[in-house]
Amino acid sequence: MAIRILVGVKRAIDYAVKIQVKTDKTGVVTDGVKHSMNPFDEIAVEEAIRLKEKKIAQEIIAVSCGPAQCQETLRTALALGADRAIHVEVSGKDYEMLQPLAVSKLISAIAKKENVDLILLGKQAIDDDSNQTGQMVAGLLSWPQAVFASKVDIKDKQAEVVREIDGGLETIRVKLPAVITADLRLNQPRFANLPSIQKAKKKPMAKMSPKDLGVDIKPHLEYLSYEEPPKRQGGGRVSSVDELISKLKEKGLI
Amino acid sequence: MNNLRRFISITQLLRTIQSKSWVPRQCNMTSTAINQSLYNFSEDERMLKETVARFGKEHVEPYVREMEEAGGFKPELIQAIFDQGWLGIEIPTEYGGSGFNLFSSILAIEEGSKIDSAFGGLIDLQNTVVNPFFIQLANDAQKATYLPRLAKNMVGSFCLSEPTSGSDAFSLKTTAKKQGDYYILNGTKMWISNAEISGVYLVMANLNPQAKHKGISTFIVDRDTEGLRIGKREKKLGLKASSTCMVHFDDCKVPAKNLLGKEGEGYKYAISMLNEGRIGIAAQMIGICQGTFDKTIPYTKERKQFGQRIFDFQGMQHQIASLATEIEAARLLTYNAARLRDAKLPFVKEAAMAKLYASELAGKVTSKCIDFMGGLGFSCEYPQEKFFRDCKVGTIYEGTSNMQLNTIAKFIDNLER
Repeated sequence: MAIRILVGVKRAIDYAVKIQVKTDKTGVVTDGVKHSMNPFDEIAVEEAIRLKEKKIAQEIIAVSCGPAQCQETLRTALALGADRAIHVEVSGKDYEMLQPLAVSKLISAIAKKENVDLILLGKQAIDDDSNQTGQMVAGLLSWPQAVFASKVDIKDKQAEVVREIDGGLETIRVKLPAVITADLRLNQPRFANLPSIQKAKKKPMAKMSPKDLGVDIKPHLEYLSYEEPPKRQGGGRVSSVDELISKLKEKGLI
Repeated sequence: MNNLRRFISITQLLRTIQSKSWVPRQCNMTSTAINQSLYNFSEDERMLKETVARFGKEHVEPYVREMEEAGGFKPELIQAIFDQGWLGIEIPTEYGGSGFNLFSSILAIEEGSKIDSAFGGLIDLQNTVVNPFFIQLANDAQKATYLPRLAKNMVGSFCLSEPTSGSDAFSLKTTAKKQGDYYILNGTKMWISNAEISGVYLVMANLNPQAKHKGISTFIVDRDTEGLRIGKREKKLGLKASSTCMVHFDDCKVPAKNLLGKEGEGYKYAISMLNEGRIGIAAQMIGICQGTFDKTIPYTKERKQFGQRIFDFQGMQHQIASLATEIEAARLLTYNAARLRDAKLPFVKEAAMAKLYASELAGKVTSKCIDFMGGLGFSCEYPQEKFFRDCKVGTIYEGTSNMQLNTIAKFIDNLER
């Protein structure tokens, strides 16, 4: 019985952009800055498509929470191979204050509504690096979670996942429905080829609001300030291990 | 090196074109959409542009120098480009293409050329020269035979120029003689791009030299045809990854069903098809301009002399701003010519202007960027010198700058007052 997958995609500042902190320290400059799909989410989408190609999955639903521009990100997901898209519209101040817990609640609500068997997410977004959404979705739904996946094998309503952890690689088996988050080495995402871009035009994109899902997206964390990391100081050269040790002692580091 | 295609006689060509008063061109009046800007892309166009840019950065850029030295692309890369659908952009979907518009091809060519002129050039030649011949002129049987392959895995070459005919294209000497169910072709073509990797050749040959250009006909010649021989590769100044060879026809037996269109109309086809190709070259040139510029400006912001960034010297700022303005102008000329063509409005003059301006500008931009880089600009470790060499052919192929000027002048001459 082929499974149904929900993939979350986030519109984040493009990885190649040089980030600028706003002068009033309330955030980073996003106006006019190039945005694209979060790279880990691309890996999640690619994994979902591969599962569909292997006939393990029968339907892929892409979801994104944010302003109207998220539709571009969703269209890219459709062009890569997702079957339909859901845009949860959150804009303006609400979007600025949108935090992982709220997104997790939205994704959980949609997962229940669509009755999916698997939720695939990127392990973290490259703008806030929270690394929370996947874990919190699993918690809210009381589903098993397999995060930092570098290999996924699905058979008989079970997923065998190799996880990248600090100590090395850990292989676990989880029963579906489950939440899996994609790590860097899970796969190499494809480029959307022209025929797929063309087909994407006909695929449906639904729009809804947090209210429609009965979710309260109010923030629970307050961000106090954003600052640039301290400028890198020049280092010094040492000519021997002894000199290194004495220098470190001088600086009170050892 | 691409063919040097030329009008046989501008006057003759222009007799078929209606004179125009000098009023701003009326755009598609049935559309209710407000034209916002030439940067108003459709979603498909935007996605294509972004995908080519990323693919180029990840899969082409690391191998640019290697391909230049090898004088060609790796076959896997060519197939990857086919698999993305980028060599059949305008081919109708029923033949395996994507059925997109010329503007999409232009965007793909521009993004490709920002990375490597040969990458952009490959996309250009197939989409704006070879495919249009089949899409617009081939009969159903020929379309069914060739278009699916051109979309999927077969590169095509266009053969017009010869050792003794470039701008004066229609004084070509390759002959064709009807013999039963075959045409026998004899002659030599020169400057044929992709000859080494193509599976099909569109050859212009004269069936009736007495009738001068009115005997020129177009033939579809498969690579494995008896009598077709690819000559040796030309050693060129630039665009080296795009191989260019002579192609020899020695009693080459072409089946009669491979005549494209009608006998004696080849010159008309060449003239009308090549106008699109012109916009493609303009796109390649603006890609080179922008690619070189984008790789140079960051350096001017890092490099310090006399205690400040070289970008901060007013002299530098003026030159940089001036170049940026001209690149913008060239791009808008190109985009507009493509939009006109897609709207089925007259575009020949605009295409000539775009090609002329963009190719001349590319020489200037790349040269200035080498200056901005200082000594590093002269080094082969940096990309500027390659762009500088690659763009030189832009003012020469697909109609030299002088020929473009002739074209534009005749349009102006024909205006009613």
